Amino acid sequence: MNTRVLPLYATLLICIIAYAACVFQFPAMFSTRVAGNLLTDNAFLGIAAVGMTFVILSGGIDLSVGSVIAFTGVLLAVLITRYGVHPLIAFAIALLITTVFGAGMGAIIHYLEVPAFIVTLAGMFLARGLCFVMTTDSIPIDHEFYAMLQGLFYRLPGGGRLTFIGLLMMVVFIIGIVMAHFSKFGSYVYAVGGNRTSAELMGVPVARTTIGIYAMSGFLSGLAGIVFSLYTSAGYSLAAVGVELDTIAAVVIGGTLLTGGVGYVAGTFIGVIIQGIIQTYIVFDGTLSSWWTKIVVGVLLFSFIALQRILVFLSLKRTTATSGG
Amino acid sequence: MTDKPGLLTVEGICKSFIGFKALDGVDFTVRSGEIHALLGENGAGKSTLIKVLTGVHQPDSGVIKIDGQAVNVRDTQHAQNLGIGTVYQEVNLLPNMSVADNLFIGRQPMRFGFVNRKLMEERARELLAQYDLHLDVASDLSRYSVAVQQLVAIARAVDMSGRVLVLDEPTASLDRHETEILFAILRQLRARGLGIVFITHFLDQVYEICDRVTILRNGKLAGCALTAELPKIELVSLMLGRTLAIATHNTRRDRPVPAIRQFSFKGLGRSRSIAPFDLDIGEGEVIGMAGLLGSGRTETAKILFGIETADTGHVHIDGNPALIRTPQAAVACGFGLCPEDRKSDGIIGDLSVRENISLALQAQRGWFNRLSGREQTVLADKFVKALDIRTTDIEKPVKFLSGGNQQKVILARWLATNPRFLILDEPTRGIDVGAHAEIIALINRLCDDGMALLVISSEIEEIVAYSTRVVVLRDRAHRGELSGDEITASNILGMIAAEPEGASA
Repeated sequence: MNTRVLPLYATLLICIIAYAACVFQFPAMFSTRVAGNLLTDNAFLGIAAVGMTFVILSGGIDLSVGSVIAFTGVLLAVLITRYGVHPLIAFAIALLITTVFGAGMGAIIHYLEVPAFIVTLAGMFLARGLCFVMTTDSIPIDHEFYAMLQGLFYRLPGGGRLTFIGLLMMVVFIIGIVMAHFSKFGSYVYAVGGNRTSAELMGVPVARTTIGIYAMSGFLSGLAGIVFSLYTSAGYSLAAVGVELDTIAAVVIGGTLLTGGVGYVAGTFIGVIIQGIIQTYIVFDGTLSSWWTKIVVGVLLFSFIALQRILVFLSLKRTTATSGG
Repeated sequence: MTDKPGLLTVEGICKSFIGFKALDGVDFTVRSGEIHALLGENGAGKSTLIKVLTGVHQPDSGVIKIDGQAVNVRDTQHAQNLGIGTVYQEVNLLPNMSVADNLFIGRQPMRFGFVNRKLMEERARELLAQYDLHLDVASDLSRYSVAVQQLVAIARAVDMSGRVLVLDEPTASLDRHETEILFAILRQLRARGLGIVFITHFLDQVYEICDRVTILRNGKLAGCALTAELPKIELVSLMLGRTLAIATHNTRRDRPVPAIRQFSFKGLGRSRSIAPFDLDIGEGEVIGMAGLLGSGRTETAKILFGIETADTGHVHIDGNPALIRTPQAAVACGFGLCPEDRKSDGIIGDLSVRENISLALQAQRGWFNRLSGREQTVLADKFVKALDIRTTDIEKPVKFLSGGNQQKVILARWLATNPRFLILDEPTRGIDVGAHAEIIALINRLCDDGMALLVISSEIEEIVAYSTRVVVLRDRAHRGELSGDEITASNILGMIAAEPEGASA
């Protein structure tokens, strides 16, 4: 069997076991209501995590995600409430800006050969700073179009609600999976993450791919910002602090190698859901501090990185064994 | 040489890197339907020539012609479009992707805007079937051996370019059987009319498969001939050159052979690296180690110094068993090693002469017993004087020194630790003639002082000048030893060029 898929299976197994354990303690968690809320509550995280998966698959990192989400939220709030722009137009403007922002970071990373960590760190400060330039207040968004989108849901059997934003996240994941495995762009992302020099020598357009990856991450961060603003009905400069780290955690727990080249978008979905399950459990329990989420996520991250290292080590050992024989 | 037109011709190619002429007016022709060996020692200019051909480097002057048309190869992509496919030394593929992806990336068959995996895998199977290779093309490339990866790389290169195929040491990591498979495929491609450039340092393979051979030395064309008309001994002397004339008479050879050899290595070896060998060396001896690149010279040095651990064998020092599994252990036993590639393995360019010289001694003393600045200065001053290191002051970063002086700094570093057994891997490579003679004089002096030295060199005349004994290597094994009056350039060349079956002295 391919050892590469093993982290994915491990994640899936942990996800099922965690959910089963929760249901065992709180049978009420086994319902479409909880499932629906899981999707709605983590929609923005999931959408941003799809972008992060591509970035990490290519061997990079994008630290600007959380700031870009906050930036989008504030920008939407300002445009809609202060300038009376229709939300749809505001969405288009926000997505355009965040995509160009991402593409710009990609171009700097590629052409100036600056590590992605540094460039996106700068991007993180820049986007967060721009929020404060626009406003330091939390601006509520009160618009009938928002109310309409927020009220949009499909009633699942059992009373659960598959909301618009929950559905949107699922759609983004499906598009992400198709792009990763069935598009030229997807194959280039894996190629760049596998070995940049080889990819270049094999004729992969590395520049276009790198810029595309960060543009995509920017776009999806913008989309996550829109979802976040629909979810909270407000724009606030200090929102979504540290979300980039949550998405990185989801991607790694989902079985994607931080060194790039190996991983699955579907794994990231499970990574997001695992984080959601832990949070839901804490809500059900009622006595635990919400910081327990962070502790459990930390432990999971450690174990997954260890698992990946062991698998890489084992597969290396096996290759040398076979080539030696 | 005009019976068949050249498929790919280069004329008078020159290429310089900062202060160093890598190619100096080289002519080279590949014809359709031939396998052409490109030979030369390290630094002879093989790789640079290949990189010029494949568009990685732009030549400073000279013409590249394809079918008689002068072309300007802009980049690797352009070279491929012109029909030149290259398989680099380290297989440059993507082990994290499937075999089919590796064959078709960048030109996957599409359907409705998506990659048509089924068609791609079908084509990949067909393509590999031409090479009698039946793989699961959907599984990761990393699951297959290096040999198979190499064949996949060749299949890709031929499929994409299909006129000239450049193979940079394709057999370096292959075993005998895998090499046979590769050769069968090369013969098949030759029959299809491809021009194949084959870089190797296994001379037997040159005679086995190549039609013609071009030899480079020091960036210049040293010779070009039909393989069948070039005796092996002549080929080797073309590669190694016999230009260096050293007047110093080797007097130590007349001395009696030491009764006790303090350092004894028995049956040391490592699979796929070097066959088990015995080596004894006593104080006041210089063992020269001769052999072509890839014959196992550097591998021997690495095993002796504990950089690579030996699978077999044991070491005795002064009659006591010793275990050398790390360089630290080797240093503790009084060993020193000046590596072959001083730029990447030896000097630390940004550190000063003083710091570079005190490095090994500091490492030997441990982290908590720091050499003070004054001690370092005293040490550095001493060696700068003793070895005549030409530098304006000892605080100058080593990267600004000339090659010969850099080499002396590394020597000083090890001499500071007072080694009993010093291994020098190509101490005279890439340094000018004057510095050359100084290094040789230094080797003689150290030996007279009672140090045991093992010197690896490609320069035969040089080995003759200082060695008390000579070990000759071929095909990753120690093939023989010469001592006393047997040490002559022609004897050494003869042993290097000897047939594998032939008895070695």
